[in-house]
Amino acid sequence: MNNLMVLASVNAADAAPSPLAVSWSEVLVVAVGFAILMVIVAKFVVPMFEKTYADRTEAIEGGIAKAEKAQAEASAALGEYKQQLVDARTEANRIREEARTEGAQILADLKEKAASESARITEQAQTAIAAERQAAVVSLRAEVGSLATTLAGRIVGESLDDDARAARVVDRFLADLEKQSEGATK
Amino acid sequence: MLPAQDGGSFTPPSVESHLTPFFTIGGLEFNKQILLVLLSVVIIAWFFVAAARKGQLVPGRLQFVGEMAYGFVRNSVGKDVIGAKDYKKYVPLLFCLFFFILVNNLFGAIPILQLPSFSHVSGAYVLALLVYVVWIGVGLKENGLRYFKLAVVPSGVPWYILPMVVPIEIISNFVVRPMTHSLRLFATMLSGHLIVMIAGSGIEFLIAQESWFLKGTSILVLVGAVAMYMLEALIMVLQAYVFVLLTAIYIEGAVHADSH
Repeated sequence: MNNLMVLASVNAADAAPSPLAVSWSEVLVVAVGFAILMVIVAKFVVPMFEKTYADRTEAIEGGIAKAEKAQAEASAALGEYKQQLVDARTEANRIREEARTEGAQILADLKEKAASESARITEQAQTAIAAERQAAVVSLRAEVGSLATTLAGRIVGESLDDDARAARVVDRFLADLEKQSEGATK
Repeated sequence: MLPAQDGGSFTPPSVESHLTPFFTIGGLEFNKQILLVLLSVVIIAWFFVAAARKGQLVPGRLQFVGEMAYGFVRNSVGKDVIGAKDYKKYVPLLFCLFFFILVNNLFGAIPILQLPSFSHVSGAYVLALLVYVVWIGVGLKENGLRYFKLAVVPSGVPWYILPMVVPIEIISNFVVRPMTHSLRLFATMLSGHLIVMIAGSGIEFLIAQESWFLKGTSILVLVGAVAMYMLEALIMVLQAYVFVLLTAIYIEGAVHADSH
């Protein structure tokens, strides 16, 4: 400070320097110093910072891309599962429907079989009944004939053992019977 | 000169004393500013190389501060003013200008150094001239010789006003612009420095007086000096920002001359 003041008083004797005058040594130093700084900054500082920025952006965007990929995979899997579920449901419905149809078919078959069986049994029974009846009629006719002739013989006192005559009598008797029963039914 | 009861007179530091060199070698004067400018180059280069070197994705403290500082110039000045398409090329220049001026200004707020380098005009001339050459160069490169017409003939002005507007534009863009650009920085730094220096030497002078009343008044000067010191620190940062912001605006005007 004091030095400066002393120098100032010395200087004041000379022409007062203008504050706007150029000092070439300062121009030189500032120009060279700034140029050095520019070189260092342009060569090292800015590229390094820009690289860091780019790396960071890439890392963040890479993370986002990865997350998006995972998201897409997850939704694809979800879609697949849903599709499988729908398929399974359809399959189950189909199977149920088939089972129902099949059951109905079986039931119908059984019904038909049972119906035919019962018809067959009824028919058989009727045939058997008819045969029995026929047999009964035949044996009854013989029995009734012999019984009637014996009875009649006893009544008339005459043997009706002559087969031809007996047969004629029985036949007439039966014919009369039938005529009577037809008349009764009429 | 202040009257002094005890004799002796107050010699405030003046512009003349401020301009005196330390020593002279072969016609070149060496002074504190020169040393400070060299120191600033070392500090800035060392700091930012150290901060940028690791380039970690998750920055450490030093890298974080470096990235904040770099990001401020790159985005708030470069990208916002010049535009996202063209700003990248100019980031090194803007970055160097801002921190070169900022550090050299802040030397004035550091107690022992106590001298903003740009309180001498020569450095400001150099930087303003560099910017002048750069933006005219950019204008010519982007627009060809047509640039001079674009720069001085504003679009949308009626032809009969042009004889008046064109000379004004020529003077304001090509003559006054580099002057104001450099002198604004230099003048604020010199005046701020002188105010703080005058206050300092005033305090020194008052304390040296025998009268206790005069000794006491030095406290008032001290309070004022501290306030001025704070204001000066703000202006130091502000001027660095203003210088680099104007640079960005000039470059933007040159790059997009046909849309102005």
